[in-house]
Amino acid sequence: MAPPEILQPSRVRTVHLDNGLKILVQELHTSPLVSVWCWYRVGSGDESPGHTGVSHWVEHMNFKGTAHIPRDEMKGIVERFGGSWNGYTWIDQTTYLETAGHDALDTLLFIEAERMAYGLYEPEDCESERTVIISELQGGENDPDQLLDTEVTASAFRAHPYRHPTIGWIDDLRSMTRDDLFSHYRRHYVPGNATLVVVGDVDTEDVLKRAEAHFGKIPPSLRPVRHRPLEPQQIGERRVLLEREGTTAYLKCVWHAPGVGDPDFFPLLVLDAALTGAKGVNLWTSFRGTPPQRKARLYTALVERGLASVVSGSLVATHEPFLYNISLTAMDGVALSSLEEALTVEIERVRQHGLAEEEVARAKRQLRARLVFENDSVTNVAHQLGYFETVAGPGVFETVGSRVQAVTAPQVADAASRLLANDKRTVGWFRPLRPAA
Amino acid sequence: MSSAVTSGLSPVRHVLSNGVAAIVQETAFSPAVTINLAFHAGSLYEPDDRVGLASFLARVIDRGTETRSADDIADILDDRGVVPKVSVNRHVLTLACTCLSEDFDDVLALLADVARHPSFPDNEIEKRRAETITAIRQDEDNPGVRAGESLQALLYGPDHPYGRPAKGRVETVERFSRADLMAHHAARFAPATLFVVIAGEVRAADAIARVDRMFSDWKGSPSRDRGVPAVPARASRRQTIVEMPDKPQADIAYGFTSISRLDPSYHSHWVMNTILGQFGLGGRLAENIRERQGMAYYVFSSFDPSLGPGPLVIRAGVDPGNVERTIAAIDAEVGALGREGATARELEETRRYLIGSIPRMLENNPNIATFLQTAEFFGLGLDYDRRLPALLQAVTLADVNAAAAGVLDPARAAIAVAGPTVARVEP
Repeated sequence: MAPPEILQPSRVRTVHLDNGLKILVQELHTSPLVSVWCWYRVGSGDESPGHTGVSHWVEHMNFKGTAHIPRDEMKGIVERFGGSWNGYTWIDQTTYLETAGHDALDTLLFIEAERMAYGLYEPEDCESERTVIISELQGGENDPDQLLDTEVTASAFRAHPYRHPTIGWIDDLRSMTRDDLFSHYRRHYVPGNATLVVVGDVDTEDVLKRAEAHFGKIPPSLRPVRHRPLEPQQIGERRVLLEREGTTAYLKCVWHAPGVGDPDFFPLLVLDAALTGAKGVNLWTSFRGTPPQRKARLYTALVERGLASVVSGSLVATHEPFLYNISLTAMDGVALSSLEEALTVEIERVRQHGLAEEEVARAKRQLRARLVFENDSVTNVAHQLGYFETVAGPGVFETVGSRVQAVTAPQVADAASRLLANDKRTVGWFRPLRPAA
Repeated sequence: MSSAVTSGLSPVRHVLSNGVAAIVQETAFSPAVTINLAFHAGSLYEPDDRVGLASFLARVIDRGTETRSADDIADILDDRGVVPKVSVNRHVLTLACTCLSEDFDDVLALLADVARHPSFPDNEIEKRRAETITAIRQDEDNPGVRAGESLQALLYGPDHPYGRPAKGRVETVERFSRADLMAHHAARFAPATLFVVIAGEVRAADAIARVDRMFSDWKGSPSRDRGVPAVPARASRRQTIVEMPDKPQADIAYGFTSISRLDPSYHSHWVMNTILGQFGLGGRLAENIRERQGMAYYVFSSFDPSLGPGPLVIRAGVDPGNVERTIAAIDAEVGALGREGATARELEETRRYLIGSIPRMLENNPNIATFLQTAEFFGLGLDYDRRLPALLQAVTLADVNAAAAGVLDPARAAIAVAGPTVARVEP
């Protein structure tokens, strides 16, 4: 029996300004709040060698003051409305957000218009941010799991720019100049490359009128063309071994995964739910906390048998093929070779025999619930609308629920057998060395 | 069906004849419900030679009941996409989860069974023990955790319940037995120690009726409540260094003990901490250390008062060569706010920010459940979210400055640094 439809059809209004800016508005009157996000179709996948990390650094610079918002007034401009603000950069996108009381709407639109067109990029601000970002990078490297992730990702790609970390390589961070940052900013921060998303306790017509007033005067500019080399087909297993001081061993296994527009994406999403528990499709909430995984295959095979203390899987919606990632924390005292062997047995089993109907049904039920949980606030709804519009294109987000439900067991088996082959994987080990006494 | 939350919460509270309290807030965000079962059973109640027992119980409690195997429980949860999160702080153990509204009855029934009749099967204890030891080993390699735990021990002493590591130590976890778990459960899980908080798309009357059905026949009384042992007064500055030579970045934890959540000056302290290390990127601290000096990606202060005097803690992650400079900058900001106080403008913008933040604190069901749980635990009243603006508005500059003067004094700071010690830190 099909479950009743609980994912409400979204009532989104889409409008384009004359200068090319796309605007999505959804009224949600459940809280006296508004969430404003401005998305740019640029991320670390658009960077070239020597300039890795430029998108993320530009994101940092866009909190530093603009032509009409002096630097010292940037602090407090959102807080005045009880608001919070943030931004993030990843491989396909850069985004800025504020969630605040609904009376902040006009100010939030003003801030985002300023950010799009009038950033200052004072040389001394660029310099002081250089060391902040290097500190961000080094903080991440304190975590062996993250260090391994960076190395495995870099090994899995030969040509495609998804190979380098979003924060950039340290030498590029040391050598990039203010002009590198500013020219990247001017090239990508144009109306035709952006999507403004407004969700909350607002009136759609009022939002559109105000958005036109703030953004309409920004001149149109051509949307930058994306140049991304194709990743050659992987023809043999790749391996990474990291040995450093530490206490715990980690194992990662990654395969090239379909982009969100590929017919294999949703079957692989269901497969991941059956292997490691359903996460949903919200980049922020997906990996917070543990997924429902006690019956998941890799949990029962690895955690319940005492080989791993944690198992997690990750398939994220991306524009082009990225990675399906399975990460394991070895139980204290368990050798990485035993863990890898047990993982390989399970992957081969699903490649050869697929999933049982009841496993597919459970995975789909989990995903149905997760899609509800991850859209529980104006901030999360706005995130999902903008994310899918930017990464996947118009109209995809609305179909996620039905596409999950349409996945069949044979589709999952077919995707598993083609995508998860041993000669297409990259395996990473972090082997801890005990500190010298 | 439910009314939208547009002008503050309107929770319904009902106490069963055996003492179980139920607090329900109807919302209309999405067809989902968050359930928190909160017990006065946190780490404070661990026997002194069983450090980490409450945290360990949290890992095992939902792995079998008198009538359900771990596998039966896994079936119910995984079929509904539900993940119970069992968390422990110093005073409270919370069994929390979010489920679809259509699954509310089944999930509440399961949680009630888990809370009332856990069986702590031996094979589950062994599996969770190995996981816990692995997690403790991971913490040993994490400069953030090492600095934080070292600071708690410096502030409260290593044997005070507020100063001990929440997960325990490998040698204590190795000794935990089924009898220890049964004893902690028998002592602290009882109707009088339970309050149930529910927020979501569910009728309050129906939810309370379900709580009544699940818990009204429960009898029994808990062990005596345990007060918070006295916190030693510290008159001098002290520090500790955890050598982690292979790490790229050093983690600094710098702090003080402060007040109880029940102290009448709580809201003044909250405003003071926001000015010091929260407002914007991280208050005065981030303005100095991140924005002016470019030394840290994160620097902030947090303030976590409980029944006993909670800590006010400043955290920063910096290049090992900048540890000394960072501590000097923290000293300067802490000293300035402690001695000279805040400005009228800071007070005004901070009050406005905190009052304006209240709807955001209540943006979704899990946040509302947490807010109501805190209000119930500290006895703040069902209308606390509505009284909060006036409480914050009433905070004066003199109040903030008194709070700052009472807590912030570099000469009494406790400092823990974990990482490679390129630079030596002088006390």
